[in-house]
Amino acid sequence: MLATALLADSSGQALAHASAWAVYVVGAAMIITGALGVILLRNPVHCALMLVITLFGIALEFIDQSADFLAAVQIIVYAGAVVILFLFVIMFLGVDRKEAIRSEPTRFQRPLAVVLGVVVLVEILALSRVDHWATGAPSQAGALDGPGQNVQKLGQSLYTGYLLPFEMTAALLVIAVVAAVVLSRRHNQSAGEMREEDQEEVLSGTAASQSDHGESQ
Amino acid sequence: MTVPSAWYLILAAVLFGLGATGLLIRRNVLVMFMCIELMLNAVNLTFVTFARDLNDIGGQVNVFFVLVVAAAEVVVGLAIIVAMFRRRAAATADDIHILKG
Repeated sequence: MLATALLADSSGQALAHASAWAVYVVGAAMIITGALGVILLRNPVHCALMLVITLFGIALEFIDQSADFLAAVQIIVYAGAVVILFLFVIMFLGVDRKEAIRSEPTRFQRPLAVVLGVVVLVEILALSRVDHWATGAPSQAGALDGPGQNVQKLGQSLYTGYLLPFEMTAALLVIAVVAAVVLSRRHNQSAGEMREEDQEEVLSGTAASQSDHGESQ
Repeated sequence: MTVPSAWYLILAAVLFGLGATGLLIRRNVLVMFMCIELMLNAVNLTFVTFARDLNDIGGQVNVFFVLVVAAAEVVVGLAIIVAMFRRRAAATADDIHILKG
């Protein structure tokens, strides 16, 4: 009886283990495929769609590490807003034609870029082996496990310990919206002058109508 | 028992390297922006991995802030790209000098 219960428990654990690995492998394959697509495909629209694949893979890895809220936000904000913004700009500007990827501005730029990317990767992996980046002090900002949902703990930490940064993100978003409006506005000089002339015409028109009104009275 | 965190860190390092390589290879400004998003996501994955490793909610809160900053950055960057396209119908990194003055 006990042996069968233990066997069932261990088989359940093995199943959970295997499913965690399966999710990891599928997510990793999506991430690497999407990243290679972003780098190598010529059409910017295809690059944006491959970026969506990478972002979904990242969301899978988040779920695999039980960061449920962040996985949802990842899909909503990144795949739902950021990539759509990219696609809007691509379509709006009409640059969905192929990039002349063969024409290099400078010689040796592309091989040098590949070499530098490999150097970056090797450096990160080597540094992660030789040095301890994390202090190892657990639960500095609050425990991740324990009772309660992931969203609940995240919200409590966000609205207590990280309240000032949270308020500053609100200011940052407002500044970004204003900056986007200012930057993407058509600001040629004649438009402002025309507007002032229009205002003068309107003012003179109202003044004339008022004087007409006065004369009629 | 789940996947050890070293695997996630290796995956994040590979993703960061791919993003950096793409940023250096491509000349289309929009695609360069997408490569920056790849690198940001690699760092987010590292944050979540260390949050699980150290049993600390701070890593996930930091991912939240990175998401907000990335959204603001994309909005401003795409506005700059649109402003650049107003001057010239091309979006390579060599054309950024037309934005001066």
